[in-house]
Amino acid sequence: MKRILITCFLSGIMIPLFSQSLFMTRSGQISFFSKTSMENIDAMNNEVTSILNTGTGEVVFAVLVKSFRFEKALMEEHFNENYLESNKFPKSTFQGKITNLTSIDFAKEGSYAVTIQGELTLHGVKQAVTTSGQLEVGKGKLLLKGNFPVTLADYKIEVPSLVTEKISKTIDVRVNCEYEPKK
Amino acid sequence: MNRRNRKTAFGIFVVMMLSVPAWAQDDLMKMLDDETSDKNKTEYATATFKTTRLVNGHSIENVAPGVLDFRISHRFGFISSGAYELWGLDNASMRLGFDYGLTKRLMIGVGRSTYQKQYDGFAKYKILRQSTGARNMPLSVSVVGTVMYKSLKFDDPTRTNYQSSNFYYCGQIIFARKFTEGVSLQIAPTVVHYNFVPTANDPNDLFSVGAGGRFKVSKRVSVNVEYYYQLPANQFAGTYNSLSMGFDVETGGHVFQLYMTNSTGMTERTFISETTGDFFKGDIRLGFTISRVFTIRKPRID
Repeated sequence: MKRILITCFLSGIMIPLFSQSLFMTRSGQISFFSKTSMENIDAMNNEVTSILNTGTGEVVFAVLVKSFRFEKALMEEHFNENYLESNKFPKSTFQGKITNLTSIDFAKEGSYAVTIQGELTLHGVKQAVTTSGQLEVGKGKLLLKGNFPVTLADYKIEVPSLVTEKISKTIDVRVNCEYEPKK
Repeated sequence: MNRRNRKTAFGIFVVMMLSVPAWAQDDLMKMLDDETSDKNKTEYATATFKTTRLVNGHSIENVAPGVLDFRISHRFGFISSGAYELWGLDNASMRLGFDYGLTKRLMIGVGRSTYQKQYDGFAKYKILRQSTGARNMPLSVSVVGTVMYKSLKFDDPTRTNYQSSNFYYCGQIIFARKFTEGVSLQIAPTVVHYNFVPTANDPNDLFSVGAGGRFKVSKRVSVNVEYYYQLPANQFAGTYNSLSMGFDVETGGHVFQLYMTNSTGMTERTFISETTGDFFKGDIRLGFTISRVFTIRKPRID
């Protein structure tokens, strides 16, 4: 009995250890774009951290809201102070899973279509997100690209009536991460 | 091994198998957290004040590098002047100014006031920035140097006048702290230098201390208060300390400042050393400033 229990216990530990091949990035890119007839707003963050588990298909992202860079300094200030309230909610995260893991051959270089399902936490609000993207398997590298819309109201990001003409209600978010094997 | 044990073991195995994915993902998030713990990062306080002026005087804020701030300030007459002057609204004096951010730490600006036909120019440099994280700094510190030139014709053209009499200088050190999202305070020891003073007994260097704060009442509106205390024996006869209070209202690319003050001028020497109104006797002027920023040089975002 004891032996069985130990075996079970070890297998519990071993399974994730063995099946995990972790890939990571600290310099992933997330950008977003808001387009209205009045004004275009463009911002970029290239300090995105993410881990991708090729064994289970799990993928997590974390990003500091303050490290988004805008063309206009005042936009950046307003983004942090008034819209995303980055002092209250400094981090935004995504926790999800590649749902079509079986159709990806990590041993073979090439480009694969992926569907990712998960939860995005933004401005302190958690929402389910499903998106499709492209995963490129390279030599010891993975490149994940995708985009998804974020509707501001879903995340309780308020836009005052005075500037509703200038800020799109739905923002296009683009992800571009190049992973390397995690040490 | 009996049947029951086998069953138990199988049960445990199933539970473990099921629980693995559940904790594995939290684990992955935790791993990411650990990997990216921001202990090595320094986070600087931003937006201690909404704009580069509290009311009349400088705040700790700079305009961002590559950004031009066009400021139009209006100052009306004393409210105490009564209905005939429409409580001061009949008389307006103004200052036009252009400020520009050269670097993250250095900004410069020029302006022209109708009051005494004065030109002014200044440079403001951030020495220390309030921060937390790897570098902990409780305060932000800036220095400001201002030169003012009065182009008004000389009072008495018959005597020997020197152009140097029309130059005035001001130096300030500003200490500021953003205490919370809504409360920021600053204190600014100041010296104003006159090449030419009204009477022989007046000092050429006048020391004062400015203090002020802002209190946010909503995300886009704050209440500002500013006071300049002239040290004893550092003031001209008949002048008062400058006291101002007002609102900052932010509307997209503009900041709109609306305030009450007992000062007439909008540059350091005129509001610190030459304020003739007694705030508490109703010698209060309404004023407003519109600040509009333009991005001249775009920062690289790649």
